[in-house]
Amino acid sequence: MIAYIMCFILFLVGLYGVITRRNLIKIAVSLSIMEISTFLFFALIGYIDGGVAPIVDPANPVQTYVDPLPQALVLTAIVIGLATTAMLMAIIIRLYRKYGTFDIREIKNLRG
Amino acid sequence: MNPLLPLFVITPLAAAFLIMVIGRFVSEFNKYFTSLVLLFLTCLSFYFLFITGENQFVYKVGGWESVNKIPIGIYIVMDGFTAIIVCIINLIGFLSAFYSISYIKRYTSENYFYALFCLMIAGMNGVVISGDLFNIFVFLEISVISSYALVAFGVEKDELEASFKYQVLGGLASFLILIAIGLIYWKSKTLNIADIKAAFTSGYDKRYYIFVQILILSGFGLKAAIMPFHAWLPDAHSSAPSPISAMLSGVLIKAVGIYVIIRLFFNMFVISESMSVLITTLGTLSMVVGVFLAIGQWDIKRLLAYHSISQMGYVVLSVGIGMILISRGARPEVAALAIMGGIFHLINHAAFKGLLFLNAGAIEYSIGTRDLKEMGGLAKSMPATSATSFVASMSISGIPPFNGFFSKLVIIIAAVMGRFYLLAALAVLVSIITLASFLKFQRYAFYNKTDGDSIRNKVKEVPFPMIFSMVVLSVICLALSLLIVPGIREAVLTPAIDILTDPSKYSSTIIGQ
Amino acid sequence: MTLIVKKTTQLISGMIFMYGIYVIIHGHLTPGGGFAGGVIVAGSLILIMLAQGGDFLKLVKEEAGTTIVESLATLMVISIAAAGFLFGTHVFFNNFLPKGIVGQLVSAGVLPLYNIFVGTEVAASIFIIFLSLIIFKEESPQ
Repeated sequence: MIAYIMCFILFLVGLYGVITRRNLIKIAVSLSIMEISTFLFFALIGYIDGGVAPIVDPANPVQTYVDPLPQALVLTAIVIGLATTAMLMAIIIRLYRKYGTFDIREIKNLRG
Repeated sequence: MNPLLPLFVITPLAAAFLIMVIGRFVSEFNKYFTSLVLLFLTCLSFYFLFITGENQFVYKVGGWESVNKIPIGIYIVMDGFTAIIVCIINLIGFLSAFYSISYIKRYTSENYFYALFCLMIAGMNGVVISGDLFNIFVFLEISVISSYALVAFGVEKDELEASFKYQVLGGLASFLILIAIGLIYWKSKTLNIADIKAAFTSGYDKRYYIFVQILILSGFGLKAAIMPFHAWLPDAHSSAPSPISAMLSGVLIKAVGIYVIIRLFFNMFVISESMSVLITTLGTLSMVVGVFLAIGQWDIKRLLAYHSISQMGYVVLSVGIGMILISRGARPEVAALAIMGGIFHLINHAAFKGLLFLNAGAIEYSIGTRDLKEMGGLAKSMPATSATSFVASMSISGIPPFNGFFSKLVIIIAAVMGRFYLLAALAVLVSIITLASFLKFQRYAFYNKTDGDSIRNKVKEVPFPMIFSMVVLSVICLALSLLIVPGIREAVLTPAIDILTDPSKYSSTIIGQ
Repeated sequence: MTLIVKKTTQLISGMIFMYGIYVIIHGHLTPGGGFAGGVIVAGSLILIMLAQGGDFLKLVKEEAGTTIVESLATLMVISIAAAGFLFGTHVFFNNFLPKGIVGQLVSAGVLPLYNIFVGTEVAASIFIIFLSLIIFKEESPQ
């Protein structure tokens, strides 16, 4: 039960960072922290009491394994999160070259 | 098990990476290869539209058959509703790719543009044909990350800022969708859409259910730009290059936004009255506020982007009316009429909004500005653009005999027959204000006389690929109004409505196999 | 970079590369597989590039070659998946090579082939991300 509350606290920390920080890179890092809390939540879902890691040992094949499907989902989602963060970083360094600042309050060219 | 079904995803994916390899050595390869691949996909999708009537095609990837009637593999499902959306995606994709043969000369590194375009089409095709919840998420991410890169393609100040806003909000939406998928898997221990419906109808915790539904509505509503989540749309759709604006506004917000909401709420969840009222309220709000924000705009593409929000409000409104009537259990024929109006308006909006954005691109290609106050008198120098723009403006305002009139008429009749008089009155009011806004667009862009003759003499007509795409789309706008005729309607629209409103038809085919 | 950093990275990065290849190839026996092993291989290449440095033309040539490697690896993955149409039970993603005994290195059909090509592709794409950021910094006027 404690583990689920820690996931929720990590999500709240990430959300606070996205909303209140002014620096562009801190916004990107906070978005990444929010995604990590989701991965922890997924890995916790598949746990069964008294289970071992889901790798078949040929000597002893009948045991109680934990659920391997959420682990595969988390692996895919980590790669997707990496692609999103790389895309954000590329846009941020081009924004720095054009505007000369990392402050988000200076970047308000589109209005209305 | 139709073996042609995975081709919708394999072909654009292989084409994207072939363009990256061969386009480096052969110079003109990428443009014509993209148009050929998309033409092949369009023919394949029309073939599926003709052979899918009331029956469903299910394809099990990897050959994993079901064990004890429980589906354990990844399923690809093609039924009546999917066939319509696949046709829209590939047809408008082909016309945009053909348009961009001459438009893209302003930008450098054309290789990356066509590779990203093919990846976006592959992602959207994957979302609509998958029958599995996590597959929807993976293909959604593929198409959305490609669109982040395409919005920021010409790296000016406006485009970078618009892409950054789009990315942060889109990342938040993907995160909400992932949490909702985790919560659904926790309770039902399966990821197949038909199987989740079977697990949810047999005893569930009510508050958990409502929480999951609100998370899915928020996540996919952010992708579809419904009212409280619309803040990224005007910036992103007005700063992108014009064929990408036509693809984003005409196809992407439908294929990964509205399609998934309709599919999950009708075929996976049990419809409750409180959620239906919430969806109808959100639709009405986006319809009204979108058009009031659009009147005061002087930039062409921002005007069209705000009108996108308003027309999507029409679709969500009519689907919401259908959901309210189904959840009360009364008058199923009015519910079927409302859903038919919504899907018909979806198809029409793809056609005329794509045409309007391509027109705005043609105007920008010739003159170089997007401000309505600086142009005028273009009807003599650009005859093809002004004629197709007239057709599109009359379509979106709902003037007979173009297609917008018939779909809005069906929505208003369904609202009146279901005794929602306030919603019908609001729909008529919004349609009149849309007409006013587009009359302003036509007058200032094409028919106003400027006093400086220097602009008008230098302007000539745009090159042939752009004219071809615009003329084909305007002919489609006229031809789509034939979908209301009873013979054609039975073949195309009625199978889609039957799949959505019949509570057991979708899952009985999948679980039974 | 100083002499100590250059010599140490020359010694270490070879071992990291071998460890990455071990994780990729044993993907069907131990945890890991294509994604994780690919990231480790890319880590060793980035370590060498950071320590030695490079001028602009050499970096552009490296990026051109790495892009071609990545696209070819993805095309190989798609063609192996589509080759399932020809053999066996004629479905997409079929496992058509003979499956051996559980626990040996050469077993489980097409899975080791998928792991190798996916690992190559992930390593190439992360290296390209790093190279693009470095090239953007080098080509801007100081």
